[in-house]
Amino acid sequence: MATDTIKQHDAHAHDGHEHHDAGAMKIFGFWIYLMSDLVIFGTLFATFGVLANATAGGPTSQEIFELPFVLVETFLLLISSFTFGLAVLAQNAGDRGAVLKWLAVTFLLGFGFVAMEVYEFHNLIAEGYGPDRSAFLSAFFTLVGTHGLHVTFGLIWIAIMFFQISKRGLDSVTKPRMLCLSLFWHFLDIVWICVFSFVYLIGAM
Amino acid sequence: MNDSHTSHDGTSHGSHKSYTVGLILSIALTLVAFGVVMLGKFSILATAITVIVTAVVQVLVQLILFMHLEFRTQQGRESGGFFVFTAVIIGLIVGGSLWIMHHLRLNLM
Repeated sequence: MATDTIKQHDAHAHDGHEHHDAGAMKIFGFWIYLMSDLVIFGTLFATFGVLANATAGGPTSQEIFELPFVLVETFLLLISSFTFGLAVLAQNAGDRGAVLKWLAVTFLLGFGFVAMEVYEFHNLIAEGYGPDRSAFLSAFFTLVGTHGLHVTFGLIWIAIMFFQISKRGLDSVTKPRMLCLSLFWHFLDIVWICVFSFVYLIGAM
Repeated sequence: MNDSHTSHDGTSHGSHKSYTVGLILSIALTLVAFGVVMLGKFSILATAITVIVTAVVQVLVQLILFMHLEFRTQQGRESGGFFVFTAVIIGLIVGGSLWIMHHLRLNLM
C-alpha cells in the first residue's frame, strides 16, 4: 500500500510534457515495429507470388478458393476495424463504457474472422489439400496462417485491454496501449486487403 | 477537417466522419474488386488491373483515414517517412523476387 502511494507521487512529479511525450514515443516505436512486421508479410507475399503456380499436380487456386466465403471474412475484419475506430473515439471522449462496448464488438467480429479461417483450413486439410500437398499450398498456408495468427494475438490483446480498462479505467497507462492496439488492428486489416486481392482474387481469376 | 489533426502529442486522432468515410470507401472498393472477379465478364488484364488498383487505393484509404499516417516533421516523428521506406524495401523484395524467379523459369524451359 505504502509503496503504491509513493509510486503514484512519483508519477505525478513527472506529469505534464514529459508524460505526453512518453505516450507519443511509445506509439511511434510501435509504428516502427509494425513496419518491420510489414517486411515479414512482404517476404511471405513474395514467396507466395513465386510459388503460386507450383501446384505439383495438386489443386490450383481456382479449384479451392471460395470467393463468397472470403467476402464475408473480409467484411467481418473491415467492420471490426471500423468498430475499433469507434472505441478510440470513445476513449478520446473519455467514455469508458463505450470503449468497453466497442472493444467487445471488435472482439466478436475478429473472433468470427478467425473461426471462419480455421473452418476453411480444416476443410482444405480434410480434403487432403494441406500445406504438405504442394509448394503453392505451403506458401498459401504460411501467408494466410501468419495473418490469422496475428489476428489471434490481436484478440488476446483486446481481451487483456478489456479487463485492464474495466479495472483501471482510462489513464495514462491504458490510453497509449489502446492506441498501439488500434494501430495493430488496422494494420492487420490492411494486410488482409493485400491477402484477399493478391491471393484470393488474382488466384481465382 | 480541422478536428482530425488538433493534437500534437499523438494521443487523439480522427473523427466519426473520417472513420465513416473510410468504412464506406472500403466497402465500395471491396465490392468492386470482388464484383469484377466474380462476374468474370471482363478480360483478364482489365480484371487484374481493377483488383490491383482497388487494393492500392483501399490500403491508402485505411492508412490515412484509420491509421492517420503522418508526414509531420516537427518533433522528429514521421510515420509517413518510415512507411515510404518500408514500402520501398517491400517493393524491392517482392518485385525483385518475382522478376528473378520469372527469368529463371524462362531459362529453364
